[in-house]
Amino acid sequence: MTLLVARAVTKRFGGLVAVKDVDLTVGEGEVVGLIGPNGAGKTTFFNCLTGLEAPTSGAVSYRGNPLPTRTDLVTRAGVARTFQNIRLFPNMTALENVLVGRHCRTKAGVLAAVGRGPRYHREERESEQRARELLAFVGLRGAGDELAKSLPYGDQRRLEIARALATDPGLLLLDEPTAGMNPNETAATADLVRRVKDLGVSVLLIEHDMRFVFSLCERIAVLVQGEKLVEGTPEQVQGDERVIAAYLGQPAEGESA
Amino acid sequence: MSNLLTKVARQLGAGGAALVLVACFLPWATYSGFPGKMRAVTPGGARLYVMILALFGVLFLLSAPGRARALRGTSACTLTIAVLTAVFISYAGGGAGGLGIGAILAVVGGLAYLAAAWSLPADDRPAPIRVLPDRSWRTTVETLLVVAAAAAALIAFVIGLGIPTATIASGEDHLLLGAISFNDLTNESQFLSFLIFLGGASLALSRLGLVASLGALTKKHAKVMVAASLMAAVVFPFTQGGDGYSLRIAASIGVFAAAAIGLNIVVGLAGLLDLGYIAFFGVGAYFAALVSGSINSVVPVHLPFALTIVLAALVSGLFGVLLGAPTLRLRGDYLAIVTLGFGEIFRITVNNLDGSAGPSLTNGPNGISNIPDLTLPGGFSFGDNHVLFGINLPFQANYYWLEVVLVAVVMTAFLRLAESRIGRAWVAIREDEVAAAATGINTTRLKLLAFGLGAVLAGAAGSVNAHVVKIAAPDSFTFLESALLLAAVILGGMGTVHGALLGATVLYLLPEKLRFMQDLRLLVFGLVLVLIMRLRPEGLLPSKRRAREFHEPGGGGDALSAPPGRASA
Repeated sequence: MTLLVARAVTKRFGGLVAVKDVDLTVGEGEVVGLIGPNGAGKTTFFNCLTGLEAPTSGAVSYRGNPLPTRTDLVTRAGVARTFQNIRLFPNMTALENVLVGRHCRTKAGVLAAVGRGPRYHREERESEQRARELLAFVGLRGAGDELAKSLPYGDQRRLEIARALATDPGLLLLDEPTAGMNPNETAATADLVRRVKDLGVSVLLIEHDMRFVFSLCERIAVLVQGEKLVEGTPEQVQGDERVIAAYLGQPAEGESA
Repeated sequence: MSNLLTKVARQLGAGGAALVLVACFLPWATYSGFPGKMRAVTPGGARLYVMILALFGVLFLLSAPGRARALRGTSACTLTIAVLTAVFISYAGGGAGGLGIGAILAVVGGLAYLAAAWSLPADDRPAPIRVLPDRSWRTTVETLLVVAAAAAALIAFVIGLGIPTATIASGEDHLLLGAISFNDLTNESQFLSFLIFLGGASLALSRLGLVASLGALTKKHAKVMVAASLMAAVVFPFTQGGDGYSLRIAASIGVFAAAAIGLNIVVGLAGLLDLGYIAFFGVGAYFAALVSGSINSVVPVHLPFALTIVLAALVSGLFGVLLGAPTLRLRGDYLAIVTLGFGEIFRITVNNLDGSAGPSLTNGPNGISNIPDLTLPGGFSFGDNHVLFGINLPFQANYYWLEVVLVAVVMTAFLRLAESRIGRAWVAIREDEVAAAATGINTTRLKLLAFGLGAVLAGAAGSVNAHVVKIAAPDSFTFLESALLLAAVILGGMGTVHGALLGATVLYLLPEKLRFMQDLRLLVFGLVLVLIMRLRPEGLLPSKRRAREFHEPGGGGDALSAPPGRASA
């Protein structure tokens, strides 16, 4: 069953067309990669999916319903994301960061928070337990009381994933999850994405590390200058001349191998 | 610096501090017409403060190494009090001839003490001290320590407020605190030296790690702490010997603190800079005044107070939502400007609603005065004096206790909100609004909630205040008041209630007590604020998060907002 369907998504900034008529689907339990050279419009496309930017035209639906155009409602609907430049809450602890992710799945209002009845306590306890499980899941067991800003870089990326998972998403959007990581950290992240998939959460990821993408994704879409150039299995994409040309440039006349 | 030099410095400093100790038992004034007891041999007042600070120096300079940072604070305060007192004596005694041998020795010893402390190499920030071994009596001792801390706070507050003038005139020592606080000079020098002593002592305690230890204790025994503090607050009127002056000030501090805690939700938790907060306080005050049954009110109803306070809070909250709904899309500076404008609009509007330029509602610049005393259904009037346990309680005590209840309610609401999913969402918005929204938080609604709740608390505080001061007039709601409330929040430590309470106390008491300085008053006031923010940029009693913001790597904090700490997208 398809989870996410994007139809002819277009985003214009004045005269610049950042994303042009892009179609993309993500099925249940799938890991889909989105690659392309810098400035191809990948992050803008992500923003259009998650309500951070409203598409100029086109439609996005999730589980058959159109996705709202406000990012908190998108998250509530079940599409969570991380950011290319890590955007944690730097002066909150790791545990608090994940607890914030539980916000949209909990209910206690002002009166409940001030009154503190048994239902409030139960909800808080459940939130904390879930948050601790998620910290352990991403490999941050024991780091709960650290401030987010004082975590090592790789751990910050993992924490951001834990926070996104805390919103109980059906689809997780990862924007360059291995940017700036060394090979060991990248391998650990690949393992983490597989385990996220095993949880039953679909993943759509933007990535520049080709080995990471080709080993992880079942389907890959290539975005070049705002348009979807190719979509297919890793083998199809790897062998496609247009993709190679987009990344390496056209070979000059007479030089082609 | 070599070991030998350090050793010499320690000896020298200890000698200086010892000299100060001796000086405390010698007369400081020779002037015979002097009002206080500075000619006596027994130390008290300023001399007692100096003595304690010097004793600290002798003990720590001679015992373990290190502790330089704590000693710097105490030595500076020792010398400052000594010099200040000497200046007061010579001023009152017609020149340096009025100075006794004690004062001169104290200044000389204080100089040596100071020089030694500052020549020692600075030591590290200490870890909290864990003194108590794990024994069966540990809990009991810890509980007693917490209670003692609350009692110490009460005593500090009583001395800080000053001894009732009636008691001084009668020449009697104060019934509870005779030795510590008997008046050796005038009220003014007494207050100043006490303030400096308090600053020096708390600086030393904090640099020794004892404040952190106490913090851990109060957290562990939170219920004891709450009960002890509440007890201390309730007992306060009994220490006043029937005098209402300090109670009146304490009640005003309570109002100020309640409003500051409300503002702390808006600024400290949600990170929204509100420069017109006093207007919400004013809405509550005017609402309460209008329905108080005052002869100057155009509304011919007299609602029971319990109803008034709820309605005033709601009306004020409504104003908060009305102002917040369109403006909370703005960020940072822009929100500050709009709220600043709202504050001024409110003040100017109530100034003009006198029937000539608009509808007759607020009685213009004269305000709504003659607000009658509160009465309880049983016939109890807040305007009557009472005698309880054989102690005279002036009518101000009634209003003071009302304030205690108000502050307790506001504090509870704040603490519980801050520790809930709503409080976490507010902090998340303050930290990174886009990330908060992407994490599923309806940022607009939560910001509006913070703004509205802040207004509700301000409205409640304002309605109580109208009855305490018996008038609601436009000139109580100027921008300066908003700025002072904000200063109380920042000075005390953003995001905590005890911080806001302490900040409100300092900010209310300081100008009140510095009145004798006349034109210099605001200068000194400003200087003290600058000094505090320089020495403790995170505020006097910061939240754990805020303290870590300033003292952990990964981006420094600034006074108002969270540090960016991230690259923007």
